[in-house]
Amino acid sequence: MLYRETGQFKTSYAADMAIFPIRQDRIALWGLLIFAFIGIPVMDAFQVWPLRGEYLIRAILIPFLILSLAAVGLNILTGYCGQLSLGSGAFMAIGAYGAYKFGTGVRIPLEIFTIDIPPLPVFWCILLGGVMSAFVGILFGIPSLRIKGLYLAVATLAAQFFFDWVFIRVKWFTNYTSSGSVVAPDLNFFGFFANKPIEKYLVCLVFVTVFALLAKNLVRGNIGRQWMAIRDMDIAAELIGIRPLYAKLSAFAISSFIVGVAGALWAFIYLGAWEPLAFNIDRSFQILFMVIIGGLGSILGSFLGAAFILVLPILLDQVPHALGVPVSVETVSLLVFVVTGALICWLLIVEPHGFARLWSTGKEKLRLWPYPY
Amino acid sequence: MMKITVALAAAALGVTAVAEPALAQANEQFLPALVYRTGPYAPNGIPFADGVQDYWTLLNERDGGINGVRIASEECETGYATDKGVECYERLKGKGPTGAGYFSPLSTGITFALTEKVPGDKIPLLTMGYGRSESKNGAVFPWNFIAVGSYWTAADVAIQHIAHELGGIANLKGKKISLVYHDSPYGKEPIAALEERAKLNGFTFKAIPVTHPGVEQKSQWLAIRQDRPDYVLLWGWGVMNSTSIKEAAAVGYPRDKMIGVWWSGAEPDVTPAGDQSKGYKALMLQHGAGKFQVHADLDKFVVSKGKSVAKDDYAQVLYNRGVINSMIGTEAIRTAMKKYGNKPLTGEQIRWGFENLNLSEARIKELGFEGMLQPMKFTCQDHQGADVARVQQWDGKEWKTVSGYYKADLSILDPLVKDQSAKYAVEKKITPRDCSKES
Amino acid sequence: MIAFGQFLEVFISGLLAGVLYSLVALGFVLIFKASGVFNFAQGSMVLLAGLALVRSLDWLVAKGFPMWAAIVAGLMFAAVIMAITAFLVERYVLGPLVNQDGLILFMSTIGVTFMIEGAAQFLFGSDVYPLRLFPTDAWFLFEGSFPGGILVSKIDVWGGVIAAVLVAGLALFFQRTKIGRALRAVADDHAAAQSVGIPLDWIWFVVWLVAGLVALVAATVWGTKLGVQFSITFLALKALPVLIIGGFTSVPGAIVGGLIVGAGEKLAEAYLGPFIGGGIEYWFAYVLALIVLLMRPQGLFGERIIERI
Repeated sequence: MLYRETGQFKTSYAADMAIFPIRQDRIALWGLLIFAFIGIPVMDAFQVWPLRGEYLIRAILIPFLILSLAAVGLNILTGYCGQLSLGSGAFMAIGAYGAYKFGTGVRIPLEIFTIDIPPLPVFWCILLGGVMSAFVGILFGIPSLRIKGLYLAVATLAAQFFFDWVFIRVKWFTNYTSSGSVVAPDLNFFGFFANKPIEKYLVCLVFVTVFALLAKNLVRGNIGRQWMAIRDMDIAAELIGIRPLYAKLSAFAISSFIVGVAGALWAFIYLGAWEPLAFNIDRSFQILFMVIIGGLGSILGSFLGAAFILVLPILLDQVPHALGVPVSVETVSLLVFVVTGALICWLLIVEPHGFARLWSTGKEKLRLWPYPY
Repeated sequence: MMKITVALAAAALGVTAVAEPALAQANEQFLPALVYRTGPYAPNGIPFADGVQDYWTLLNERDGGINGVRIASEECETGYATDKGVECYERLKGKGPTGAGYFSPLSTGITFALTEKVPGDKIPLLTMGYGRSESKNGAVFPWNFIAVGSYWTAADVAIQHIAHELGGIANLKGKKISLVYHDSPYGKEPIAALEERAKLNGFTFKAIPVTHPGVEQKSQWLAIRQDRPDYVLLWGWGVMNSTSIKEAAAVGYPRDKMIGVWWSGAEPDVTPAGDQSKGYKALMLQHGAGKFQVHADLDKFVVSKGKSVAKDDYAQVLYNRGVINSMIGTEAIRTAMKKYGNKPLTGEQIRWGFENLNLSEARIKELGFEGMLQPMKFTCQDHQGADVARVQQWDGKEWKTVSGYYKADLSILDPLVKDQSAKYAVEKKITPRDCSKES
Repeated sequence: MIAFGQFLEVFISGLLAGVLYSLVALGFVLIFKASGVFNFAQGSMVLLAGLALVRSLDWLVAKGFPMWAAIVAGLMFAAVIMAITAFLVERYVLGPLVNQDGLILFMSTIGVTFMIEGAAQFLFGSDVYPLRLFPTDAWFLFEGSFPGGILVSKIDVWGGVIAAVLVAGLALFFQRTKIGRALRAVADDHAAAQSVGIPLDWIWFVVWLVAGLVALVAATVWGTKLGVQFSITFLALKALPVLIIGGFTSVPGAIVGGLIVGAGEKLAEAYLGPFIGGGIEYWFAYVLALIVLLMRPQGLFGERIIERI
């Protein structure tokens, strides 16, 4: 009833190929975007209830957006191309440190001449951080031509630990600070200074919206279909004329690019100052969880998964305090561990394909509602 | 399934809704505590958090708060993770009638991240004995208070103690000193000061990194066994400390030639290694373990009433450090109350209190900390307040103080502070305050 | 001669350290072989076993039991805890997930990791608890030939001996007992094994129990080495390269992989580390594993992967 595409006739090829062919989806998307771009800033300006103070924006919405972006990136690689990666933390770190270097000026004295790039504007830094990450992604993607499945996952850990080490040890990356911790430059986007939380939120939102739409378009185009063919069975894909080299490496490149951009945002906007520990193996696992709980091979799922994995522990952490139950933080945080683990297992059992599948089941139900047969 | 999701969402909203009216009463000073009672660094995080909490309880129980303003506090578990620490900070900073008084994250990583956030929120950051060493310079870091000592103070004092053991600063020449450090900003901070000292005193300095969390140090200690340095400085945290001591014992490196930083000199660091830690030395952040005058009050008003959160960590090194941390914080608030009145204060007002905090010998005695602390005085320029430390030694049962107070050589450290803070100021486009114009 | 002595010392301590990783890696192999589950929870199971052991041990000693009785009772108690864990995991997590994709099973074991880590610290405390079952000092061998001799830690040697006994015991268990044969049948083909009347859930329970007992053995050695505390769970990450090199399905592979990783990373740290800044052993083990994989995608001893359309 509510969600029925009966009567929506496509009269042109363009309409048939639209990114959201169903009217209800379009309405929902526009509604969501309007709410995110206009509703939330307005609510913030008037300090309406859930946005009173800065907590929700600074501690929930901004990390949610950035980690969703990282999850979208990983989903391209793991969900669409079927290449399991536990190195997302490293690619985020490359994005972060790459952006940092471009933001503070790159200087490489070589034998004959010196590469000298003056500090670039933050916007380009973040994108260039992603580009750096993409290059490294291609490099570490090469083994995927030979190694598969869980073996590949563990192989990507090599990237994770290697870059953890590189950013600690190679002082050039941290501009020779004595501690090896670095500080993000000013967030000056073409004259727009993102200082207030809501401004930072909007910057993240723009990045996330653009990249999510880009990803959505990529995965339904030629290259996305190649990825999915490789995922479903790489030998068969090769037989029908898909080049695994091109398909796999392009997935690695684009995925790492997006993850790298997310890393740069995480460092510049959320943390402000960081050390390599901020991008350690736990981060990789966290993002993989988002992808799997959200649903492999679904852009929407990445967002749902990110919301679940990020918000659930924070929420559980605050439940006893909010209810006024006197429990020590130690007990609470251990129980949060147990409950989070149990919920993850439970979700995997009831719906191994994640929130995305639940969503599509829901849509199916809504289509028939209120007269299911 | 859908129903359950909806119910969860509803519950979530409900929880936030409940949280709103549960705000503290009007006449309470809210003090947040970022703690880690779980995870890899919990054995060291727990006693500190207990000490912090118990001293606040003591003030509430004995004096009815600070000058009559009760302390309301809330803990938030960071697990030593930076992003979790930032989330906790955001969660707690706005609570209470005037917001959070000050933060003490007990983690170098979280300190670095919060250093970027506190100027915007106007909340002081009390990092006692850890954090950015250059934040001693209050002109560039108005919100950071690296009270009592920085890693550079520690490095300098350690070298002075070695010189003392060798019988004079001249005897350092030609000696070999190695630093075994936690491979993170925390462990890397002292290197700059030690390299400076090595140049000056003519000893060979070598830095040996240990990867987080430090459970595997075999190759590092085999290298030390072959290299035979005259002294080994230890800059570890958590499991790394006890593992270092065990490996040192295994390769036969004399423990009394090892000097740990004050974060490597508490009970959880030595007890797992049993008898092997006998003779191991560590710096004291002025204080050590054991009971002092303040503990009599703690016994009377907190422990005997069953209000203490401490278990067997009572009066241990890190517990006492937590107590001192709370004392310095609350004394800063008391100082600020002289100017702003006896009511809950904002972070900005408390910052003023920190900058004008003067813990004289008489005041320290009055507070019951005699024997634990030397007098210290903060100014607009000097956010460290003190530059002295002692050395203690583990005798298999307890820590024994084995040295007098050493004063760090400011002619070496101050240029470093100046350099590094100037660099930070340029990078962040900060114009340093002119402290001569501040009152 | 000094240089050679140093080399030998690093090499031997590396081999022994590697065997200690193998102790953790063995648990992974057992479960992967029998059920195709890549059990990430092995590290946290070592923590749980260690905590159960050391806490009951301390309690019994405090009650005045003699040391040997306390150790036996402590081991029994820890074994019971591991059995309960095995039962719960099989019954409530992996049972319902039968026939799911390997990735989903892997993720569910990370969920299990969270639960075990939380519950273990909740039940037994999150402090550090010293355990002293083995001597922790060292022997100095060949002091005549090399100045200072060659240092060998006793605990590492103990670890090696225990690993050898464990592997022999496992081999006997797999080859000579009825359950062992059933386990091997299940490892070969689930459906076929089920059709000849082997109860799958029982077998999986047994496998998890055995992996739990292996974790307990690892906990005795590692607990003595580090003290029982949360950081023990990081061992899982040290065991992964061992697994890759040896192959996910081979028990001897886990030992050989351990030897290669241990010797390789220690030698690299000692001889390569000083040139590029030290602290390289963590990633070096993984790079080593990556190189092995490029040559043999299933690990040295893994079963050959045959791909069909």
